[in-house]
Amino acid sequence: MRKTKFITGGAVIAAALAYMIYAGVTQSAVYFVTPAELRASAVAGKAYRLGGMVLPGSVTWEPRTLALHFTLGDGTATVPVRHKGTPPDLFGEGRGAVVEGTWSADGYFRASLILAKHSEEYKAPHDASQAGYKELIRTLQGDGR
Amino acid sequence: MTRVLGWLAALALLAGLGMAFAVAPREATQGTVQRIMYVHVPSVWVAYCAFVVVFVASIAYLATRAEAADRLAHASAEVGVLFTGLTIATGSIWGKPTWGTWWTWDARLTSVAVLFVMYVGYLLLRGMIDEGERAARYAAVLGVVAALNIPLVHFSVLWWRTLHQPPSLMKPGPSSMPPVIVRALLVNFAAFALLYLYFVAKRVRLLRLEGEAGA
Repeated sequence: MRKTKFITGGAVIAAALAYMIYAGVTQSAVYFVTPAELRASAVAGKAYRLGGMVLPGSVTWEPRTLALHFTLGDGTATVPVRHKGTPPDLFGEGRGAVVEGTWSADGYFRASLILAKHSEEYKAPHDASQAGYKELIRTLQGDGR
Repeated sequence: MTRVLGWLAALALLAGLGMAFAVAPREATQGTVQRIMYVHVPSVWVAYCAFVVVFVASIAYLATRAEAADRLAHASAEVGVLFTGLTIATGSIWGKPTWGTWWTWDARLTSVAVLFVMYVGYLLLRGMIDEGERAARYAAVLGVVAALNIPLVHFSVLWWRTLHQPPSLMKPGPSSMPPVIVRALLVNFAAFALLYLYFVAKRVRLLRLEGEAGA
């Protein structure tokens, strides 16, 4: 009898916790919106996190003013993005990026933070055998990233 | 026995360092910073294993009331928290140069933070109750419930849009890594697993001696 009560109580607590975690994560689960979703319901001045692919050939960066312009796309829609600053190392054309900022009434996304999204692919350099060690020595000599 | 385990762990960690820095190649896209993976990924795998041990030992305690099962759950939770902390710290150090941020609230990072806090809570709960049998009983219930987090963390990158990339290895289909990187990961996982066993063996023994001294 006591055991049944104990198990029932435990199950109720477990279910409640599971629901709370699920609901909590789901609410903030849309970590970023896609360009198509932003285009569908963009409100000027509202803060968004926008994620997509940096379209090849779209990046321009002016080192003196730090003005960074590029276009994010998701295959159906594109959004022009403007930012002032230096992007992270992995930011680049043909790669994923997530940007935080606001939608401007002038028809572009004003980003205050650029995040590079990397894929789950890891590759060895082409001559994989001893290249790793040599590369390491090279980077230790202050030549690499 | 424990001493042998310690030496094995030390040797395996040395081998793991060798694999990570000398054998594994400089990754093509990320460069040298990718080598943090050889600490980050084994840490989280060991943390998963540690919390599965807490789960199993907690069920065993609830079923049999054997104090040895409780001590195992307690020790494994402590070491699991350590490795979860290591995962978060190394992930943060990896995130800054690659993503461009130390931290962001995407589903993977958030669920790992919840996992960490829950097991810290588990240890707090144990510390707050003076009466040994009651502490063990309450902790065992929490040890079972908190295990719900493990699949949540793993699948978070598949169920929701995240900044963190999906799994490269722990997935159906071929892995997204060359074999040399997989080997380096597995050697480091083995090393971390041995370190886990060493720490748990030490802690279980200490907890038993503390129990005997208190009784």
